Amino acid sequence: MSVHIGNGTIEMTSMPSIVGFGSAVGRMEGEGPLGSCFDYVSDDSGFGESSWEKAESRLQQHALEQALLRGSIAESDISFMFAGDLLNQCTGSAYSMRNNGLRFVGLYGACSTMAESLSMASVFMDNGIGKYCGALTSSHFCSAERQFRFPETYGGQRPPSAQWTATASGCAIVGAHGQPPYVRAVTVGTIIDMGIKDANNMGAAMAPAAYDTIKTHFANTGTAPESYDLILTGDLGYVGGELLRDLFLQDGIDLGERYNDCGMMIFDREKQDVHAGGSGCGCSASVLCGHILPRIQSGEAHNVLFTATGALMSPTVIQQGESIPAIAHAVHISDNGNITEG
Amino acid sequence: MDYLWAFLIGGAFCAVGQLLIDLTAMTPARILVTYVVSGVFLGAVGVYEPLAEFAGAGATVPLTGFGYNLARGVKEAVQSDGLVGALTGGLQACAGGIAAAVLFGLAAAVVFGRGDKTAKMFG
Amino acid sequence: MKLTESEYGRLAKLRSPNSNVLRNTAMAFLVGGAICCAGQALLNIYKMLGTDEITAGTLTSVTLVFLSAVMTGFGLYDKIAKHAGAGTLVPITGFANAVVSPAMEFKTEGYVLGVGAKIFIIAGPVIVYGLAASAVYGVILFIVRAMRG
Repeated sequence: MSVHIGNGTIEMTSMPSIVGFGSAVGRMEGEGPLGSCFDYVSDDSGFGESSWEKAESRLQQHALEQALLRGSIAESDISFMFAGDLLNQCTGSAYSMRNNGLRFVGLYGACSTMAESLSMASVFMDNGIGKYCGALTSSHFCSAERQFRFPETYGGQRPPSAQWTATASGCAIVGAHGQPPYVRAVTVGTIIDMGIKDANNMGAAMAPAAYDTIKTHFANTGTAPESYDLILTGDLGYVGGELLRDLFLQDGIDLGERYNDCGMMIFDREKQDVHAGGSGCGCSASVLCGHILPRIQSGEAHNVLFTATGALMSPTVIQQGESIPAIAHAVHISDNGNITEG
Repeated sequence: MDYLWAFLIGGAFCAVGQLLIDLTAMTPARILVTYVVSGVFLGAVGVYEPLAEFAGAGATVPLTGFGYNLARGVKEAVQSDGLVGALTGGLQACAGGIAAAVLFGLAAAVVFGRGDKTAKMFG
Repeated sequence: MKLTESEYGRLAKLRSPNSNVLRNTAMAFLVGGAICCAGQALLNIYKMLGTDEITAGTLTSVTLVFLSAVMTGFGLYDKIAKHAGAGTLVPITGFANAVVSPAMEFKTEGYVLGVGAKIFIIAGPVIVYGLAASAVYGVILFIVRAMRG
C-alpha cells in the first residue's frame, strides 16, 4: 500500500511500471527538435475533424492508441482512465472517451494535468486497484487560442514572455510492477500565487509553484538535486525556467545541467516563432511520453523528477483583475524498481 | 505631397499606439477605445478638423478618424435636427464603415475556411 | 520561499524579456503609414471620379475594410500584424480585422450564436464608447447652442 510521507508526498511500495506510452503531435511540434521522438505526427492540425475541439479529442485518441500499441494492451483492460485537457468542462477528454466505454476520471490541472493524472494512475496501481490505469492529457493551439485569447485570424502581437500552446497529447498506461520505467513517488502540490497578473507571462506565475513542490519533494523523500539525472518541469518556458533556477539559487542550490523544461525542449527557439517556449498540458505529456519515458526504458536516463506546472486561472478571473494561482505536481520516475524497505 | 503627410501623420498615430502596447500594460482593445474616444474629443474641440484637412487619410484612416467622424456627424445632426441629432448623427456618419465591416465579416465567414496559425503558409 | 510578492514581482520583471520597442515602433510607423497612404490613394481616386469629399471618405473606408476582410480571410492580415503591431491595429483595417476574424472563428458555433453573436466580441467596445462619447458631445453641443440662443 502507498505511504503518505511528510506533507504531500506519496511513496509507492510496489513500484508500479509504466507499461505503455504514446504521443501524438501537430505539424510544428513534429518539426521541432523532438519531432522524431513522437509516435504520431499530423500535418493537418484539424486531424480530419470539423472543429478544433473535435480535433483535440481525436489527437488524444491517437496518443491513447499509440500507448496501447506500445504496451500491447487491450483497451478494455484499462480499469480507470485519468484524463484532462485545457478546454472548458474538460470536453477534449470527455469527447475522446465518449465511445470507448472506459471508466473515466476527468481532471483539470491546466498544464500540470499530466503529472496529476500520472500520480493518480500510479497510486491506484500501487494499491492493486485495477489491471491497468491510464493517464492522458492533451492541448491544441487552435482550441486553446479561441477559448483563452483571440480568433486565429486576428492580428495580435504576442509579447516575448508569452508561451505557445503545443498541439500535442501524451498517454501513459500504468500497470503492476514489471519492467522499467517505474513510478517511485509522487508529490501533490499546493496552490502558490505570488501575485503575477500577466496571463502572457505564465512561466513567471508558475515558477514559484514548481519551486515549492520540488523543494517539498526533496524534503519529504530525503533526496537532493543530485539524486536525479533530470529535473524536468513542464511548462515554465524560458522565463519561468530561469526564475526557477533563481529561486533555488537563493537557497544556495544550483540546478545546473540536470534541469530542463518541456516547454523549452519541444520547440526550436531560433527557428520556430514561439517566444518563451511551449505550453499546454499536451506539451509536457508528449515530451514525457515521446522523449523521456523511452530514455528511462532504455537505461539512458535513470531518475527523472517530472514536475508539471499549471496556471489555474480563467479569462474571466483575469478580467476581474485577479492574480494567477499556480500549482505543480511532481512524479519521480526511475529505471530502478528495487523495493526499498522502510 | 498629400501622400507624404498621410504617411507621416498616419504612421505617427500607429507609432504612438505601439508605444502604448509595449510600454504600458494597455491591451489592444483599450488602446482602440482610447483612440476612438480621443478622436471624438479632438473633433469636438475643433483640433481634428484642421489635421484631417492637412493630413488627409493620415488622419481619417486611424481609429481617431473614426471618432472624429462620429463627432462631425453629431455636430451636423444637432445643428439641423436638435437634440435628437446627438443620437443619430454619429452612426449616420460612420454607417458605411461599420456596415461594411459587418457585411464583409459575414461574407468572410461564409466564404473562407477556418484560420490556423499553426498551418504552413501557402501549403 | 524567501521572497515577498513584490520582490518576486521585480525578479519576474527582470527575467522577462522586453519587447523590442524601437523595432516594433518603427514597424508600426512604416506599416501604419503605408496603410494611410493607400487610403490617400483611394481617396484621391474617388475624388477624381467626381464623388464629393464625404462620400469619397466613406468609399475609402469601405474599400479598406473590404481589403482587410479579404486579407483576414486568407490568413494574411495576422501574419503582417505579427510584425506591424499597432501599425495594423490602429487603422480602420484593424477594426475590420477585429470584426472579420471572430466571424470566421466562431462559424463552428453556427451563424446565429457563433458568427452573429460574436462578431463584435473584440470590436464592440470601440463602437460602444465611440457612440457614447459622441452622444455626450451632442448633448453638450445642444446645451451650449441653446444657451447662446
